[in-house]
Amino acid sequence: MRIIWMTLRTTFSVAIVCCIIYNIAVWAVAQAAAPDKANGSLIENAEGQVVGSSLIGQSFTDPGYFHGRVSSIDYDANGSGTPNYAPSNPELLARAEQSITDWQSQNPDVPVSELPIDLITNSGSGLDPHISPASAEAQVPRVSGATGIAAEKLEQMIAEHTQGRSLGLFGEPAVNVLELNMAVQAAR
Amino acid sequence: MTTISILAIVVTLLIVVLLAKPVGLYLAAAFDYAPNRLNRIYGPVERIIYKISGIREDNQSWKMYAASLIGSNAVMILIVYLVLRFQGMLPLNPAGIANMEPSLAFNTAISFMANTDLQHYSGESGVSYLSQASVLVFAMFVSPATGLALVMAFIRGLTGKAAGNFFVDLIRGLTRVLLPVAFVSALLFVFMGVPQTFEPAATATTLEGAQQTIARGPIASFLAIKEVGNNGGGFLGVNSAHPFENPSGLSNLLQILLMMLVTSALPFAYGKMAGSIKQGRVLFVSMLMMLIIMTTLSLTAESAGNPALNNLGIQHEQGSMEGKEVRFGEAQSAFYSVITTAAETGAVNTMHDTLTPIGGMVPLANMMLNTVFGGMGVGFVNVLMYAIIAVFLSGLMVGRTPEFLGRKIEGKEMKLIAVTLLVQPFLILVPTAIALATNPETISNPGFHGLTQALYEFTSAAANNGSGFEGLGDATTFWNVSTGIVMFLGRYISMVTLLAVAGSLAAKKPIPESSGTFRTDTAMFGAVFVGIVLIVGALTFFPALVLGPIAEQLTL
Repeated sequence: MRIIWMTLRTTFSVAIVCCIIYNIAVWAVAQAAAPDKANGSLIENAEGQVVGSSLIGQSFTDPGYFHGRVSSIDYDANGSGTPNYAPSNPELLARAEQSITDWQSQNPDVPVSELPIDLITNSGSGLDPHISPASAEAQVPRVSGATGIAAEKLEQMIAEHTQGRSLGLFGEPAVNVLELNMAVQAAR
Repeated sequence: MTTISILAIVVTLLIVVLLAKPVGLYLAAAFDYAPNRLNRIYGPVERIIYKISGIREDNQSWKMYAASLIGSNAVMILIVYLVLRFQGMLPLNPAGIANMEPSLAFNTAISFMANTDLQHYSGESGVSYLSQASVLVFAMFVSPATGLALVMAFIRGLTGKAAGNFFVDLIRGLTRVLLPVAFVSALLFVFMGVPQTFEPAATATTLEGAQQTIARGPIASFLAIKEVGNNGGGFLGVNSAHPFENPSGLSNLLQILLMMLVTSALPFAYGKMAGSIKQGRVLFVSMLMMLIIMTTLSLTAESAGNPALNNLGIQHEQGSMEGKEVRFGEAQSAFYSVITTAAETGAVNTMHDTLTPIGGMVPLANMMLNTVFGGMGVGFVNVLMYAIIAVFLSGLMVGRTPEFLGRKIEGKEMKLIAVTLLVQPFLILVPTAIALATNPETISNPGFHGLTQALYEFTSAAANNGSGFEGLGDATTFWNVSTGIVMFLGRYISMVTLLAVAGSLAAKKPIPESSGTFRTDTAMFGAVFVGIVLIVGALTFFPALVLGPIAEQLTL
């Protein structure tokens, strides 16, 4: 009995410190020091409309934009997820073959041997904002053909929107697809 | 895989090694009842909490310590359960999320209090902001503090001291370890891009003109305690694979360091408390070796990739990328999967279901062994149990009386340890067989991989890890109830039996060390320890691994 009574009182005091004070203290400092990041790194266009978040990928199907990775949830950021295909799942192979067929019809100038694996695989979150630099390069001929922007100009844009490894060491170089496409939109 | 990605992993491990000893010495001082500097600094604040909570700073008996631990956790499970059941009617619920159904609330309450954080719901749609920021964060603080209290009491027992007071240890774990680290790292996460807001989901009009709703919330404060407490439950459905919950290589590094922070330091805390740092160092090095082997295996498998996809003629330098994020690539994804299962956290930055068969077997093996550092406190207690087994078996082989830290290991202790040792495979293998026989429709991947899905779920539950092969359709009453029971028994049975071992050893008279004593601070002992861990693990689980991941690898 004494344990139960003491537990209830301990729960009360721990809840005040760990739930209320802790959460609100982090929230207050975050909102004061880095409000943009604390609210989800939202990006606005020139008219002040929210077009997305720099951390969240979105769906691109227009041939004049760079395309992101496969997303079984079609970049619905109100959720997150993947189909969780095992390496041995035949549906994984079928989906990858379909992606390759689509690639060939949309990018007749680029052989399949230059198609990087990240473009035909589902990301972990279904919201991956990035593609590998090689995947961006491989899409240059198509985007250039559809928009009329010179290939060299597009490659320069890719370089500008590639984030390197953190501290030059941790993680992999990645191209932010939304930010790159905003540059493409502005140039076309 | 590039040289630089390997270098990043080596540097990370070096930081872990450098932090372990100073943090270990800090932990030993933080839980020391003798007057010291830390007690003077934290004492005034803690005494206010003791006063509100009615805690008296007296020593408890071993039985009372165990009863306080189990009793308090049981009451807290009930409180968490009730809030989840009624979250729909409570405030701070901008998304209008409904009450959680009974079997899911049962599972979730046990899951978070048992430091497992297996989640059969998705954070975006299953729990309100209030549930996330109150009861779930509450459990994520209290359950690792409970684990820390356990390990400290266990080490006190091995070294012949009194058990201490569970409630005092619990509060010290919060004030001296978890709260300060969580607060600082939560802010660091915000600066790296993790949201911390109580605003509802944002709405955006995409470049192609579609509407996109972007879920967010008080993620940073949740994330920090998720990692440093070895909890692992994600704020968002896909956990640390979500760009909001792990935006960059830097946030990934910080998460790995936080997961390892306490568990890698405990051997040194133990060494300090046992009066010889060498006792701890030999266990630390042994576990580090196992971690390096596991990391190498996983990296090799993931960078080789999936032969089925590689044969399509595409460019596959990146290795296996299904279920992975570009910013982490195959190296940091594989490494994270090893760390999260070594430190029994259960956070994931890649979908474990999509790992290559061998890449998925490594996390499974980590959880089955449960001694490659292991979770907050409970992991190191498990390690010390294996150390006692190593002493016992070595003693039998050479005909000496087995003793550990100068105390005789006898029938009573070995019986308790044998029970503990047998409970784990029972909790994993029996329910897996039942699940495969009765609920085959919940298995999402065909073939050998389907068996691994069920095996992984119960291994994760029993080891209090919480990661999953998430293709499994686990949001059913069967899975909620069965894994709920496994998590509860997996956590609390061993806590009681091992506290009983500590109590029994503490009561014995120490025998002075002689030339005939089997030393437990030598490389030789480290090798015996690793050997015993691997042999016991292999004897128990190898058949299951052959039927699951190994068979799958051979068929690709």
